[in-house]
Amino acid sequence: MAKVAVVGAGMTRFVRRAQETGRELSWQAAKMALDAAGLRLKDVDAVVIGSAPDAFDGVHMKGEYLADGSGGWCKPTLRCYVGGGTGVFAPIQAWYHIASGRFDTVLVVCEEKMSSCHPHPQGAFLTIFDHTTERALGPNLLWIFALEMNRYMTVHGITKREIAEVAVKNKRNALDHPCAQLGANLTVDDVLASEELAWPVNRLDVSPASDGAAAVVMCSEHVAKRTSPQPVWLEGVGWHLDTAYWTNRDLYYPQYLEYAARMAYDMAGIKEPRKEIHIVEPYDPFDYKELHHLEGLLLCKRGEAARLTVDGVTQRDGDLPVCPSGGLLGVGNPIAAAGLMKVCELFWQLRGEAGKRQVPGMPRRGLAQAWGDLMQVGTVVIMGI
Amino acid sequence: MTVNIKQWPGTALATRDLEQGHVLTVKYKPRAEYAWDAGVAIARYLEELKAGRLIARSCKQCDRILIPPRMFCEECFRPTDSWVYVEDTGTVNTFSICHVRWDVVRLDQPQLPAVIHVDGASPGMGILHLLGEVAPEEVYIGMKVKAVWEEASRRQGSITDIRHWKPWKEE
Ligand SMILES: [Zn+2]
Repeated sequence: MAKVAVVGAGMTRFVRRAQETGRELSWQAAKMALDAAGLRLKDVDAVVIGSAPDAFDGVHMKGEYLADGSGGWCKPTLRCYVGGGTGVFAPIQAWYHIASGRFDTVLVVCEEKMSSCHPHPQGAFLTIFDHTTERALGPNLLWIFALEMNRYMTVHGITKREIAEVAVKNKRNALDHPCAQLGANLTVDDVLASEELAWPVNRLDVSPASDGAAAVVMCSEHVAKRTSPQPVWLEGVGWHLDTAYWTNRDLYYPQYLEYAARMAYDMAGIKEPRKEIHIVEPYDPFDYKELHHLEGLLLCKRGEAARLTVDGVTQRDGDLPVCPSGGLLGVGNPIAAAGLMKVCELFWQLRGEAGKRQVPGMPRRGLAQAWGDLMQVGTVVIMGI
Repeated sequence: MTVNIKQWPGTALATRDLEQGHVLTVKYKPRAEYAWDAGVAIARYLEELKAGRLIARSCKQCDRILIPPRMFCEECFRPTDSWVYVEDTGTVNTFSICHVRWDVVRLDQPQLPAVIHVDGASPGMGILHLLGEVAPEEVYIGMKVKAVWEEASRRQGSITDIRHWKPWKEE
């Protein structure tokens, strides 16, 4: 299969409410990624935009809206959307643009501006529930997370205290990220003492609503070798969707993510993921989701991820660093941009450019993952040098 | 490269910037109303709810009894075969104790959403509903529950024709 590389990355600060519009944020991230790659817009053959529901912005056809800031005018441009999974799906789209042989250089831009939606961006999520069989019950987005977290905890006998360690770790890691919205030094007791929203979910178990953008430049092998001193290769991609009858599947395990991960491992020739992956950036909109996803990614046994966290294995200097960026819990969660932020983090980490966040031991391979739709889509990329 | 960047783009606004008019904002309230058709399978489901019964569809190829009912089996990718009444009892597969509305305003009384596996449907076939007539701290996964129906004259052909599900002991 044709080789595809990431050759540049950029992102804005993630903030609760940005002065810039979504188009301005997109431009800032896109320009930074192009500058980092040493390329100009005229070198770009195609553009992929990732952005979550139009309802956040109250702008219809957000792809077109964001296209100028994303460098997409007068070019082959598309916008992709698989809910929260979008940020990792967008570079997969760029991968098949380039792997097809038709394009050499693709700019990927992911943006979200959640602050436009009032009184709360959660309102934009209410229509994910079935209009006839569920919405009459008055559900809100927290329900599905709380129901899944409870099922996961109960099946494995995991405590809220163990899960809270994830929030503590990621928010602390985020203190070292120059773009982070919620870096903090907290204790497990702080998390447990925060307001209970929907048992077992407390406020500090949850990532914030955010504004922000992220971008990467991706190239074919011959362009990457000519223009980049250190390309980071996309070694594997995988994605998978499960049933939207979410009450008909057991929420304790993300089966769809296992399928997506197996697809990516197979492409990358990875037989023992736990040994061959050196950094993981799983999607962590809630703290238990990091654990749930580590299990779906086959990086530990089912029910074992909490133990790894408590034992410090997933710390930045641990045996399996998880969310060294600070994740969505710490850096912030502008939906599509948050997923692509994880791809940017792998790019910087694998090139040894992550500064205070640098994972020691010269990591050579990382995995980024996002998750979304009606909690049943998994998107995975594996990157290596 | 990340280490060399001193000034990252993106400007954070504070609440006071908005309150004091330091930034300009344009507001819009969409007016969009929808009428969703129930479709073939769910229309029958709603009619049966109005009659005080739960109904499912069966697929004879995968031997599943599906609830909510559907006219095609998404796994076998063929039409489902027949209507099957199921029980109005079930088991709590998972639940939450929710203290907030969608806009994070606190509720006076917590809601108890749950996934309930319905007796008579295939294993793992659950629906979303609410628990009631139980103290939140007494709910547990695996608890047997029974539907509490709205009075017949007040039922509308809606999932809310079941008021909630209450703890129940098998006789
Ligand atoms: Zn079937």
